[in-house]
Amino acid sequence: MADDLKTPLLDELEKGPWPSFVTDIKTLADKSEMAKDLLRQLEKSYEDKRGYWKHGGLVGVMGYGGGVIGRYSALPEEFPGVSHFHTVRVNQPSGWFYTSDALREIIDIWDEHGSGLYNMHGSTGDMVLLGTRTEELEPTFRALTEKGWDLGGSGSDLRTPSNCVGPARCENACFDTMEMAYKITHRYQDELHRPMFNYKYKIKMSGCPNDCTAAIARSDMALIGIWKDDIKVDQAEFAKYLDDGFNVQEFVVDKCPTGCIAVEGKQINIDNSNCVKCMHCINRMPHALSVGDEKGFAINLGAKAPIVEGALFASVIVPFMSIEDYKDEDSYEEFHDLLERIWEFWDEHGTSRERIGEFIERVSLATFLEGIGVEPSPKQVKAPRDNPYIFYEEYYAEEGEG
Amino acid sequence: MAEVTIEQLADDMFELVSKAAGQKKLKAGDLTKAMKEKYGDVPRADTKAAIKSLIDSGRCVYGYFGGSSIELPRVEGSANQ
Repeated sequence: MADDLKTPLLDELEKGPWPSFVTDIKTLADKSEMAKDLLRQLEKSYEDKRGYWKHGGLVGVMGYGGGVIGRYSALPEEFPGVSHFHTVRVNQPSGWFYTSDALREIIDIWDEHGSGLYNMHGSTGDMVLLGTRTEELEPTFRALTEKGWDLGGSGSDLRTPSNCVGPARCENACFDTMEMAYKITHRYQDELHRPMFNYKYKIKMSGCPNDCTAAIARSDMALIGIWKDDIKVDQAEFAKYLDDGFNVQEFVVDKCPTGCIAVEGKQINIDNSNCVKCMHCINRMPHALSVGDEKGFAINLGAKAPIVEGALFASVIVPFMSIEDYKDEDSYEEFHDLLERIWEFWDEHGTSRERIGEFIERVSLATFLEGIGVEPSPKQVKAPRDNPYIFYEEYYAEEGEG
Repeated sequence: MAEVTIEQLADDMFELVSKAAGQKKLKAGDLTKAMKEKYGDVPRADTKAAIKSLIDSGRCVYGYFGGSSIELPRVEGSANQ
């Protein structure tokens, strides 16, 4: 570590058993003025209990309105190494699969043009290259694109679509998250790179209700794999769980949220009409139980973190959609048509910095559904068996009669 | 709808951005809505193409301060001081 670097407060963050970002940055401090001044400025922030970053501005690469987040030090004379410290978002591969060669490409580019610091990965899913100067942005972009990489989204645009590993290595995948993320990314290049919306729009894909990308809480549009038919049961494998002493009653039957599982002798019986696809039984007994055959995904809208307004969870808008051939662009027509209707209605009637979830809350779900041309359905819920938006007229009639 | 070319849309949008400079940050949606008000139901593809031409020609740039806007090119960092 550089001898002249004194960071007593940051040093406290190196104590304890967990990895420390301070230690990581210090490994670069000997050879990078950027890393050294980053630590110095951060130490001053801790001393003064305030941040010294300025955010936003006009930095970017030619033609793109997203992918670069402008950041400047508020104390450029004191910390010249971080007077510019822009972030570059690089569109990650579907499912975050890399070869070591691909990672070396990125590292070589960033060692030459930036600080050498990374965040793998940002919450949107991109690779985040931390810290470079404005004059290095175009050369960085050129070097990245020459190797086949592209920038991700930022600002009021379609954010880089992200997805779980899906069928690449998960038997629970109910749709091809890998291919769908790839197809969406390629079709909507303008929406990704040229901010045209009221605010950001995130699409995340999880292949099953385990929701490994946390799409239901973190994306404006969450595509979550689901199946319509029965859970598949291998009774012989189920018997083995019992024979091995696994306490099915305690760990599975009693944990079923709708109580739809019963065990008789060495047989498991599932009342599929009452199953809410929580995945718990499948997760606990993956050899005996598996997702059904009639697979697709549910489309949920409206989740967001608490920026501007409070946090929201997504609600089901389309309970089930399937794509006939994920490799065939024409098979996506129904999905693309819906997505573009959603964007058009939100674009027309939304306000500045209003996320789609806030928009739906403001105009009401009924108005929103009418606007995008989707029929109301009792399946449009916030959670299974909870908060139905739709009430039958018969219900009110009975209430009135009573 | 009045006949309008993409070049005309781009020129009109540029005028709006120029007039708003220093007073209001206009978003792509603001420009699109203004064109619809002026010319009627302009196809979305045309307003997108007009914005694209403004950016690609360098007449305007994207900015970001809480949301993305379309602005006149300025000295880097000056708006953030």
